[in-house]
Amino acid sequence: MKNADYPRAHAEEEQLLRLDPRTGRYGTGTLADLPDQLRRFDLLVMNDAATLPASLPLRLEDDPRELELRLAGQGGDALTWWAVLFGPGNWHVPTERRPAPPRVMAGDTLWVGPVSASVLEVSPISPRLVRIRFHQDPEHLYRELYRLGRPVQYSYVRQELELWDVQTRYGARPWAVEMPSAGRPLTWDILARARAKGVGLASLTHAAGLSATGDPALDAALPLPERYELPQRTVDAINFTRDQGGRVIAVGTSVVRALEGNAIANEGHLRAGSGTVSLVLGPEHDLSIVDGLLTGIHEPGTSHFALMEAFVSRELLEPALHYADGQGFLQHEFGDSMLIIPERSTRSGASTACGTRFKASGFIEPSLVSKRVNRTLSPHRITSP
Amino acid sequence: MNVEGQGIVITGASKGLGKALAHALAGKGARLFLVARGEEGLNAVVRSIRATGGEAHGWPADVGDKNAVYPLAGAAQTALGRVDVVIHNASALGPSPLRPLMDTDCEDLERALAVNLIGPFRLSKAFAGAMAMRGQGVIVHVTSDASVSAYPTWGAYSASKAALDHLGRIWAAELDPFGVRVVSVDPGDMNTNMHREAAPADDPASLLDTNEVAERFVALLETVETFPNGARVSLSEWRAPRWKFGDALVTSNGRARS
Repeated sequence: MKNADYPRAHAEEEQLLRLDPRTGRYGTGTLADLPDQLRRFDLLVMNDAATLPASLPLRLEDDPRELELRLAGQGGDALTWWAVLFGPGNWHVPTERRPAPPRVMAGDTLWVGPVSASVLEVSPISPRLVRIRFHQDPEHLYRELYRLGRPVQYSYVRQELELWDVQTRYGARPWAVEMPSAGRPLTWDILARARAKGVGLASLTHAAGLSATGDPALDAALPLPERYELPQRTVDAINFTRDQGGRVIAVGTSVVRALEGNAIANEGHLRAGSGTVSLVLGPEHDLSIVDGLLTGIHEPGTSHFALMEAFVSRELLEPALHYADGQGFLQHEFGDSMLIIPERSTRSGASTACGTRFKASGFIEPSLVSKRVNRTLSPHRITSP
Repeated sequence: MNVEGQGIVITGASKGLGKALAHALAGKGARLFLVARGEEGLNAVVRSIRATGGEAHGWPADVGDKNAVYPLAGAAQTALGRVDVVIHNASALGPSPLRPLMDTDCEDLERALAVNLIGPFRLSKAFAGAMAMRGQGVIVHVTSDASVSAYPTWGAYSASKAALDHLGRIWAAELDPFGVRVVSVDPGDMNTNMHREAAPADDPASLLDTNEVAERFVALLETVETFPNGARVSLSEWRAPRWKFGDALVTSNGRARS
């Protein structure tokens, strides 16, 4: 699949692939059609973490070269962070081709601009993953982070990103080191139309981490444990949704991790509060809270793809993605989107029977592709293949 | 709205009304994130609030600078945990001394619009999404009678404030379903640097004291629920209601109604 290489101007016009995880039926439309796919009492749960400019210039003592440090997530208080070190170079070079940084040890001093930091520990996963503590008060540390930092970005993006390119439209605390990108195309027009239909909106905060580092050992261990905070009002909204027979739809894999991880930690129930989730979801998991997922499109082999397999089997996922590829879908954080959603909630007793067919909603089935005229303006009736 | 414990962002907080508002709100237990271009003045305000046991964080930034917005928003959310109220108080007068539109450079008008209109717009964009997601929040535009009356020579400032008033109404219309309230407040003519710059001949004794205005401003914020969303309020004409939102009302037959 082709990579989206830059933020596009009109999120509503981006493509959306919808897949029913039980029947394997799929169809495509645009993001503007998203509210049509949702019903009263469904709930969208967003990750409201804003994105830090987490790529920072790094210098080591007795080394004149400019290296790079990418924050991976807080590792204690506001001054203590997990970070991944990179050798010389920048985002233009694919991470896997970046030269390795010099080895550091606990007790070493690092410099980010004028701010020094001590290495507290080196992870056994990789010598490039270190826990550091900045020698600065939090207020001034954030001034320097915002002054010196750039958004983390990858070589398939053609231009340098600005901080506003990596924010969702509802971001709050800047906990994420990479954009929680599933929510990137959610405009307030889309959210307002969904809400007007009786779809609930709720949020949690999840410190989305780095998606790749180019270090095979480290990449195999991603995602690292990430902190999250689940507000009581979101727990209430989820419980209400389930009581009403609505579907809980996670916007992004970080939301799935936070909700399912929280439920596992609390014997199947959600409990409001903060925590750290180290759960890595895959095909072997039964989801206990989340019914559906709105997400970007990612390749097999990534942790993100494995998480999608917790929703839908690979046998059903692959043909849908293959079809999307043929439709010119783009992948990665600025790419197109996918909605994996069952026709009915998998859990509740309440039934909103819709028969076996999708409601006509602007979505089409592959068999109708050749007859397609305008997928955004003329809704097609969906027929069984 | 009880301001105690609320996370409040104030722009233009190093002097004038912004500084007085910061002190008045800190005195009521609000938690403050203060923004101003002048770092020295800002630090002095932060220090004096902290010295009296209040919570204040300073962030030097120019609200007219596009690059300043997300750093400011991120730092405010980090310092306060959540932002409940944003008070857009920073203003640019435009060319000084004031002059007729025919003598106003396009760049002067652009600068007034950048600080008085586009800056608040960008900043609201960075904060209002999280407010809407939470279902509550208050955005305050500090406006001026110049946004309504056409005073000769006040063109750049007046036009930008008139646009700001209407921006507030549109925000209110769009965000009302999400529980976010917007109010534009005209504080009146105060004894400030900006007023001296605009009207050096005015007798300071005829001008309002910023601390007194700030007290009334806070009282208005405490009853923000009583205004229609998007209202423009002239502080000098406003009288505090004798009842608070949520109080039981007594009907004409003497029975309480809640």
